[in-house]
Amino acid sequence: MSVASTDLTTSAVASALRGRRVDLSGTVFRGALFATLAFTVVVLLTLLVSVVQDATPIFSGDPVLTEVRSDLVDTSTDPPTITQFGETLPVQVGTDARGREIFFQESERSFGDFLTGNVNFTDPAKNGIKQGIFGSIGIAVMVLLFSIPIGVGAAVYLEEYATANRFTRLVDVNIRNLAGVPSIVYGILGFTVLVTALDGITGGRSLISGGITLAILVLPVVIITAAEAIRAVPQEIRMAGYGVGATRWEVTRYHVLPYAMPGILTGTMLSLARALGEAAPLILVGAQTGFFTDPSGVMERLTGNFTALPMLVFNFTRQPGDVLRIQGAAATIVILLLVVLVVNATGIILRNSFEKKRS
Amino acid sequence: MTETTTDATTDRDASVDAPVIAEPTADGSPGRDPRDANRLVFDIDDLDVYYGDFRAVRGVNLDIREHEITAFIGPSGCGKSTVLRCLNRMNDLIESARIDGTIRYHGVDLYDPKVDPVEVRRRVGMVFQKANPFPKSIYENIAFGPRISGYKGDMDELVERSLTQAALWDEVKDRLKESGLGMSGGQQQRLCIARALATNPDVILMDEPCSALDPIATGRIEDLIQELKQDYTVVIVTHNMQQAARVSDRTAFFTAQVDAENDRRTGLLVEYDDTEKIFSNPSDERTENYVTGRFG
Repeated sequence: MSVASTDLTTSAVASALRGRRVDLSGTVFRGALFATLAFTVVVLLTLLVSVVQDATPIFSGDPVLTEVRSDLVDTSTDPPTITQFGETLPVQVGTDARGREIFFQESERSFGDFLTGNVNFTDPAKNGIKQGIFGSIGIAVMVLLFSIPIGVGAAVYLEEYATANRFTRLVDVNIRNLAGVPSIVYGILGFTVLVTALDGITGGRSLISGGITLAILVLPVVIITAAEAIRAVPQEIRMAGYGVGATRWEVTRYHVLPYAMPGILTGTMLSLARALGEAAPLILVGAQTGFFTDPSGVMERLTGNFTALPMLVFNFTRQPGDVLRIQGAAATIVILLLVVLVVNATGIILRNSFEKKRS
Repeated sequence: MTETTTDATTDRDASVDAPVIAEPTADGSPGRDPRDANRLVFDIDDLDVYYGDFRAVRGVNLDIREHEITAFIGPSGCGKSTVLRCLNRMNDLIESARIDGTIRYHGVDLYDPKVDPVEVRRRVGMVFQKANPFPKSIYENIAFGPRISGYKGDMDELVERSLTQAALWDEVKDRLKESGLGMSGGQQQRLCIARALATNPDVILMDEPCSALDPIATGRIEDLIQELKQDYTVVIVTHNMQQAARVSDRTAFFTAQVDAENDRRTGLLVEYDDTEKIFSNPSDERTENYVTGRFG
């Protein structure tokens, strides 16, 4: 049926063009999409708010109240006091759920101490996460030092140099599979190879062992994302380079890598964030689960006892009492998130500067 | 628009007369006239090109002379770009590609194992179908080639000279630091030509350089190609027969034929002669059908 056979007067066309249908499936689809987004935002915000709320007593430096046995309290004084190690200290009076009188000892706490103190389970008010911050930064540095050169190098070789044959495909598929291997498996690898076999070099349960284990853990992801970024470089750019007599090295160095750098950085930053959040492999590699004295000297710090922020979160949650289990863990999580945020922000700034350069 | 700009629809006869060096001789027999004095730049002898098992081109015999513009024309898939890319060993970048036969460049076997393809590409520059400036500044686009080949002279001067040769200097001299991608398509293609000129090549290969350009930009590129002839040898692949007629001294007509043995299309050279003869009095019927628009 041709259009001409129908009525083509202005009013007829106007009414024909008027949208009348209710696009039900379209509206439902759009609604469903919005619902998924809303769900995500709500869940993430709730999580964030609850963590920050739990951590607030530490950030605001609220004193820690520790319950003391009532038979040790001298109630004749006002306020009541307790005598410990020959020292008489005031205690606070409260009531428990059943309305009985209970006594609290108040100890000072500050956020600064929390950031700069060592792990301390016996006196939660003095507990600090300095060792965890140090360990996490050390791990981040080691992941960057190991996984970026090795990962990007492997990706460049795979994409720019290796001939496309069965062997290359096999390697490619296996790297992709490695990216999906559970992190605990890398922990076992770290334990058997780095902690046990290479004990003499790594110092056993050390920061080096932990850092390298996590670097190996993220290596496949770094390779895959870098390879994708390199593959996305337009072929015309390579041709242009070869066309003016550039060698493969010159084309790669001056054109392919600068163009792929934003993508490579994105992958690297995601990998780094993942490495910073891993606790499971570190448990196997032997991160400390309690108090330890800081090793002295740079080499000793690298080859000696260590811990990391996610390990501390794990350890704190296993302790009795709200101070460590809830407040300490939450505050550590917030600090960990901040560290990841700083890492990602650095990555984004770097990426933007590279993106500007390539236009 | 400058006054030298040629419109794409200009009558071809007018410009075919333009070449000075390539004045056809009385007898018109190719390769047997006084222009033999011109040195051969390329001597292609019985060239077959394969991609894996697939023979893309077979039996090409061609000689390309210095300071001439040679055009390759023919329908899609006839192998003209493939042959062109053999001339600076660009086909080496395709892993499965290999050739049979010989290509001599100033008498040297181009595919001799001792020949470094990188050196070949410094002498035989290339301009691609789609303008492909580096995503860098205009200046860097030009300077990259000379820099990697160890140019020690005044880079600013070389950049200016290359851009002037490509008729682009006046348009970009105030924004050399700006990105090459910010220019119009025609300017980008001239930038690519300038980039090819900067490495001081001997030959410029052009693979359908105007296929993505409007008639005005095309006209400017064609004028430029004519000027380049003074200093360079130019080989140009084009889909546009008028373009071949307008700019080239000699034209090679390729076509694709189905192989009897395996039912696959293989490109072959049908006829190679002075442009004027190809377009006015071709000796092969297939050429005539093509240039008169009856086929392809």
